[in-house]
Amino acid sequence: MPVITYRDALGAAIREEMQRDDRVFLMGEEVAVYQGAYKVSKGFLQEFGEMRVVDTPITELGFAGVGVGAAMVGLRPVIEFMTWNFALLALDQVVNAAAKMLYMSGGQFKIPIVFRGPNGAALQLSAQHSQAWESWLAHIPGLKVIAPGTPYDAKGLLKSAIRDDNPVCVLEGEMLYNTKGEVPDEEYLIPLGKADLKRQGEHCSIITHGKMVLVAMQAADQLAKEGINIDVVDLRTIRPMDVEAIGESVKKTNRAVVLEEGWEICGVGAQVVDFIQRDCFDYLDAPVIRVHQADTPMPYAKGLEKAAKPDLPKAIAAVRKVMYLD
Amino acid sequence: MTATRTAAKRKSDPAPQGDAALNLEMLRSMLLQRRFEERCAEAYALGKIGGFCHLYIGQEAVSTGTMSMLRPDDYVITTYRDHGPALARGMTPRSVMAELFGRQDGCSRGKGGSMHLFDANTNFLGGHGIVGGHVPLAAGVGFAIKYRGGDQVMVCFMGESVVNTGAFHEALNMAGLWKLPCVFIIENNRYGMGTALERASAIHDIYERGAAYNMPRNQCDGQDVFAVRQAVGEAVERARKEQVPTLLEIRTYRFMGHSMSDAVSGTYRPKSELEEQMKRDPITLLRTHMQEAGQLTDEQLQKLDEELKAVVQDAWDFAEASPELPVEALYEDVYADTTT
Repeated sequence: MPVITYRDALGAAIREEMQRDDRVFLMGEEVAVYQGAYKVSKGFLQEFGEMRVVDTPITELGFAGVGVGAAMVGLRPVIEFMTWNFALLALDQVVNAAAKMLYMSGGQFKIPIVFRGPNGAALQLSAQHSQAWESWLAHIPGLKVIAPGTPYDAKGLLKSAIRDDNPVCVLEGEMLYNTKGEVPDEEYLIPLGKADLKRQGEHCSIITHGKMVLVAMQAADQLAKEGINIDVVDLRTIRPMDVEAIGESVKKTNRAVVLEEGWEICGVGAQVVDFIQRDCFDYLDAPVIRVHQADTPMPYAKGLEKAAKPDLPKAIAAVRKVMYLD
Repeated sequence: MTATRTAAKRKSDPAPQGDAALNLEMLRSMLLQRRFEERCAEAYALGKIGGFCHLYIGQEAVSTGTMSMLRPDDYVITTYRDHGPALARGMTPRSVMAELFGRQDGCSRGKGGSMHLFDANTNFLGGHGIVGGHVPLAAGVGFAIKYRGGDQVMVCFMGESVVNTGAFHEALNMAGLWKLPCVFIIENNRYGMGTALERASAIHDIYERGAAYNMPRNQCDGQDVFAVRQAVGEAVERARKEQVPTLLEIRTYRFMGHSMSDAVSGTYRPKSELEEQMKRDPITLLRTHMQEAGQLTDEQLQKLDEELKAVVQDAWDFAEASPELPVEALYEDVYADTTT
């Protein structure tokens, strides 16, 4: 099977969908002439022309709204945010327009739109450029939220997102774009709302998504050397969340660590823990432990940034704690 | 229900001062809005309409004059002050009143209410509740028209306070940059809630803001339906034929309070100003013109008024008889079923 980067998997997904359906177009900052801030849309302008690959001014609120308006009358926009940090300026359009239009119009105007871009921290980009937004977005009824962690998932989920008749927020990762993985040549789709059991183990579950999937897999590798076998549940979709997959895993292992990039308070992990206490209360052998970013803005200094971020040692320490090994 | 099908259904007539038939149709449209909203105020007082409710009374020449220049396949979007534009566009009084009553037969199935009237059949893309938030949507519809190579026009109404929002600036910049077939109509009723334009905007001839977006711009009297037709007609023509957007400031006046909860006059505008403005009631101006031109007799006017009052009563009765929403409806239309 061909091995390609996460970046190219995303690009292939959009390209295939644009070839398949002429209502699909890509709009955002630097997507056309510059070939994409992160080169996801390399070659697109040449292939599809300027009406379907549209450079915008730096005007997130404006072009997010342009996408929603175009979707109201039947186009299927893919709106690229250079990062989700900048999308904060566009949240009125994502939340008040895209997410609610179908409901407040009594089912008349669906909004088939994709909002996508890198999410979470890269390296030393400090406070305003290092934030994970999934809990904000997943809070809103009417939105779907996906966070693929591998090239295979990125392609299959993004294709489904573009075909979905609802607004879908796609949380990518700057640190993921260069990662590689197997992606078949033939077409495939991954349904939204389905988690993936990335690794099977009977001792403890790690429930995670996005960039942290890689950390969870590394933790599982290391712990396996000590004879501790981890069930790694990759949520893939944050909303709607695959509650069954969470329950199935925790009922098997009786212990869980929830690992995410974002902050602790009202984070995605808080929701996962709520599902666990509702469905698996009698199965738990230990309190669930969460691993997340420190409750601070992201610092610039290398040492402090490392201290703030969830990482491999913190994930392993959490597993050891729920296993009562320390 | 001929009274509910207004000028929007008519093939547009380029002459601003229409013939007797068109003028009668416009009078019918404006008077329908007036009579409808007078009953809205009554229904609100009786608790049949809840939430926020913003009346359009005084501004009817803007909606009617504009719609009379549009084709049925053009698009319209507006703010939360949307009853007038919805009726002028040809939405039925029954479906609008049922929506205000929060009933199943409402145009938005009782999910939207006064601020969120939608109707796919007339390309009425909604009343929107966040000041300025719908202006980028209008640019997006203009983009979609251009994307498909169509010759439709997107008309976006907004209050004058919208011009101070970032969304307005961002949307108009893109519309000007990309030459989108949009007509941006500022219904300048002089007050953003209780704040006068002069206390909110650094410039007072706000159509001049169009200069910042390289956009043709104009201003007209919004109480004179013929002036509205003239100005909107030019802008629509420009959008349709040349794909050039226009910023049009239409000066009008709101005869009622901002919403149902504030006084018609008082702290922010004196009663004398209101009285002075009400001398230029758009319905009176059109009616007088028609009477002077021999296009309307007193009996015809009285008959029309009675007919429209009956139409509104019918809408009220229909709304009251329409079923309440079953609780299962709560979870419907949160997400669309995906079949693609």
